[in-house]
Amino acid sequence: MNKSELIKAVAEKGGLSMKVAKEVVHTFFDAHIDAILEDERIEIRGFGSFVNKKYDSYTGRNPKTGEKIHVPEKKLPFFKVGKELKFRVDLEDD
Amino acid sequence: MTKSDIVEAVYQNVGFTKKRAAEVVNLILDTMKDALEDGEKVKISGFGNFEIRKKDARKGRNPQTGEEITISERRVLTFKPSQVLKERLNG
Repeated sequence: MNKSELIKAVAEKGGLSMKVAKEVVHTFFDAHIDAILEDERIEIRGFGSFVNKKYDSYTGRNPKTGEKIHVPEKKLPFFKVGKELKFRVDLEDD
Repeated sequence: MTKSDIVEAVYQNVGFTKKRAAEVVNLILDTMKDALEDGEKVKISGFGNFEIRKKDARKGRNPQTGEEITISERRVLTFKPSQVLKERLNG
């Protein structure tokens, strides 16, 4: 499922026009993106949480050429799945 | 940020009542959860991809007793942030 499929599903299930559904879905993800860019923790009950993790810089190697490269320190958003969803996702296999 | 902040943003941007905004936010979450539960990938451009990964059974140890145990095979949900988001965060 991609974003436009999500918008379509929300429009159908919520009885919304595509235009409004698009606005809502974009607002939803923009709020996430803004929080992540501001290093703010996100916690959605029943879904999961996002928190930025900091990684120190290190000297790595280009695996193809063996050339040494400097990897600067970086931040990456880390997602931790919520209990309920973790359970639901795992259960489906049985 | 919690769900109520997202509901507030939808209320302000879209002009729904708070109740309606909350319903629609839950609808987005439920739609994503249903897809993931079915093993489907959820790809959101500019944000990232949620994906179900299958983990094989493996041997582990109870860290308290040292006893060897088998960790059963399972399915886990992973999130991979998009290149765009990574660049914005580190730009």
